[in-house]
Amino acid sequence: MDLHFGDSKPTDDERAAVDALLGPPESSWEGADRSDADLRWARGGRAARDRRDLLLPGLHALNDRVGWISEGALDYLCRRLTVPPAEAYGVATFYAMFSVKPRPANVLHVCTDLACAAAGASELCAGIEAKLGLGSGVSVERSPCLGLCERAPAALAVKAGDPVRTAVSAPATVRDAVLAASAPDSAPEEPPAAMAVPQAGDPSLALLRRVGVVDPASLDDYRAHGGYTALRRAFELGPAGVIREVTDSGLVGRGGAAFPTGRKWQATASQPDHPHYLVCNADESEPGTFKDRVIMEGDPYALVEAMTIAAYAIGAHTGYIYLRGEYPRAIHRMQYAVDQARARGLLGDDVLGQGYAFDIEIRRGAGAYICGEETALFNSIEGYRGEPRSKPPFPVEKGLFGKPTVENNVETLVNVLPILTMGAPAYAAIGTGRSTGPKLFCVSGSVERPGTYELPFGATLGELLELAGVRDGLRAVLLGGAAGGFVRPDETHIPLTFEGTREAGTTLGSGVVMAFDDTVPLPRLLLRIAKFFRDESCGQCVPCRVGTVRQEEALHRIAERTGAAAADDIALLREVGRAMRDASICGLGQTAWNAVESAIDRLGAYE
Amino acid sequence: MTVTPLGIPRRLLEFTIDGEPARVPEGSTILDACRAAGKDIPTLCQGDTLTPKNACRVCVVEVEGSRTLVPACSRKAEPGMEVRTDTERARHSRKIVLELLASSVDLSTTPQVAGWLKEYEAKPDRFGPDAARLDEEPKVDNDLYVRDYDKCILCYKCVDACGDQWQNTFAISIAGRGFGARIAVEHDAPLTDSACVYCGNCIEVCPTGALSFKSEFDMRAAGTWDESAQTETTTVCAYCGVGCNLTLHVQDNEIVKVTSPHDNPVTHGNLCIKGRFGYQHVQNRD
Repeated sequence: MDLHFGDSKPTDDERAAVDALLGPPESSWEGADRSDADLRWARGGRAARDRRDLLLPGLHALNDRVGWISEGALDYLCRRLTVPPAEAYGVATFYAMFSVKPRPANVLHVCTDLACAAAGASELCAGIEAKLGLGSGVSVERSPCLGLCERAPAALAVKAGDPVRTAVSAPATVRDAVLAASAPDSAPEEPPAAMAVPQAGDPSLALLRRVGVVDPASLDDYRAHGGYTALRRAFELGPAGVIREVTDSGLVGRGGAAFPTGRKWQATASQPDHPHYLVCNADESEPGTFKDRVIMEGDPYALVEAMTIAAYAIGAHTGYIYLRGEYPRAIHRMQYAVDQARARGLLGDDVLGQGYAFDIEIRRGAGAYICGEETALFNSIEGYRGEPRSKPPFPVEKGLFGKPTVENNVETLVNVLPILTMGAPAYAAIGTGRSTGPKLFCVSGSVERPGTYELPFGATLGELLELAGVRDGLRAVLLGGAAGGFVRPDETHIPLTFEGTREAGTTLGSGVVMAFDDTVPLPRLLLRIAKFFRDESCGQCVPCRVGTVRQEEALHRIAERTGAAAADDIALLREVGRAMRDASICGLGQTAWNAVESAIDRLGAYE
Repeated sequence: MTVTPLGIPRRLLEFTIDGEPARVPEGSTILDACRAAGKDIPTLCQGDTLTPKNACRVCVVEVEGSRTLVPACSRKAEPGMEVRTDTERARHSRKIVLELLASSVDLSTTPQVAGWLKEYEAKPDRFGPDAARLDEEPKVDNDLYVRDYDKCILCYKCVDACGDQWQNTFAISIAGRGFGARIAVEHDAPLTDSACVYCGNCIEVCPTGALSFKSEFDMRAAGTWDESAQTETTTVCAYCGVGCNLTLHVQDNEIVKVTSPHDNPVTHGNLCIKGRFGYQHVQNRD
């Protein structure tokens, strides 16, 4: 490797931020002052290079401290980690939350995605910019979904420094958002996570039972409410027994792909290559999804326990939680929960005195929807650009660091707790024959009580909307987020199961249910979805990189047109959409045309 | 002399391509099998000396049981696989990929692409005059290379050749995301401020002419570049003892570029700055 560094030097702040993460440099090879000993001492090879996975945390450290990543800072980080600067620059420019150009320490991310757009995000943005004026020292950035849809419109303020400060303003007014952006410390406290769970306190809930009931910081409280009984049960059953229970329960992945969890675990557990890894995908970036945030903020120990069980079953001793960077409170609470569990012997070398070692590391995302794709997430953790890998080989064989890996969504993992406490047959009795168990739905938009709802599979769309108090004038419902599809208001009989939505020609996806009334012009929503995919495409494959651009362009052209005037562009959209679906590398490109197609075919947009 | 390493004998596996039986050694890709069967599939990001990134998606084929199309260049053949290379579905995706590329990238120096555009009846103009293009100017910041990213299809071949697949220099990477992604050195600096060692191995693998030797770029600009008037002579580099083969491309009795045969067991098409660019003394006639 020809490491070449420029002449730019890091500032003291930047150096301190990197050193706080990596410790002080050991020699001048890593950026310390030169001493005589350096002439007889060199560092290199695998030992120096195998810390590449600290690149993303290092970039976060710099961005958190200074607000942007300068040449000198990037060079210093690269020197410390033996990473070529060109590659690190490629990584830094991949993520939306990083900047390689100078910007103010205060950044306000204003969500302009679907639910927030319907709640007046563009007026909010304009108001904030007008109030702040030029030279305010706040950079206002329009952001994709921040996962605060139940309190739309939302804004997230970040103030770089030591430590970095964040504040959420939702539902945001111009005044609140400007206050949060200029002085995050004096912004009012966010409402508790239970506010996002209209059913909070209902003892019949399986997944959200503890949200709003327990103190999310208290491990004792968690144990007093049934915590860690599932892990004890897991140790009684043994790894094979746990996998058998999970398989028998019929649990399938809740991230959107609905792959049988037991089969994934079994396939990984039986791989001869070691070590095995467990990765929890908490990069919840699908517009309209906020269920994982609710769990992590309201019941963080549940995820710690569930991950311990999963890791025990597949023979993993290290677990990663890849948590999206837009969730500062969830990151804070999960980190605290992991630290507490470790201090109490529930993580570490000897979990529950059973001689089993397991620990969890939390990695923060930095603003990239694509990193929710399982293999892109591996690349992101490993310190590479978050581009999806081609499959096969599948993660169960070659996943994180090239080793057998199970990757599960937060909700999927948390389902393991009721499976073990109530037993597979009782769990499988919930829901329908082919979609078993409870399911979380994120309801937002034109409803009285937006939030995360827990219902058994099989409830209909109408029942869910009624529960959430759907308002009059319903025009369309978006199922599954930007990668999902629209349905008509008269299709409320659709059963919310994987097979039911499939039969109805739509998708359940990650459980997004977004209601839109007739105040929102449909073409504007479609343009926002198209812009989302254009912005979030990683750029690796041609169908998605250019196709999402052509899709947005065509939707712009027909934004004000209908009927014959739009027919040519709709035909073009269909052709491009078909190629994106058929030929893109990963699910992002393959689904980038779904919502637009459903709006044209089901809702009669542009007719 | 080219030495072909024998290696461990590989099991043959059987599958079908377009209904006809095919037998290839284990580990072959669908593309290998198709080419062995005499079927032509367009490729751009695939290269004979590199592991394909399968980013361009122009080589997609249909495989029975697969939800999406698969890239022939990197999907390994499996026993019993039923591959169809020329279905309407595969042709549609190839056509759209070609249209998407041709409407955003300058493909004027990409070999074969004009034929493919015709074969697949691609009409890149139908995205309208306002369709976004890369709109990059050639970067001429040194005496040896020109980087014209208006012609770049982001095949990743130069990055792979510069990085862990050949040169291990890691001077370039993809920067940015989506349609804004570009090949760049750190901080978008000129090449002269990077780790580049000017081996030219990125140019060797570039499929579109986005990377070119300064000599070729200047002659093309002057309208004097004429491949039909060039001879190719393969010789051995005289600089060191490695013994790399050099292919001298000569036009009007002047060396205009130097390459190396891709099947050469010493170089696999790669050279260093001396072999690639150190030829001026040969034509110094004073």
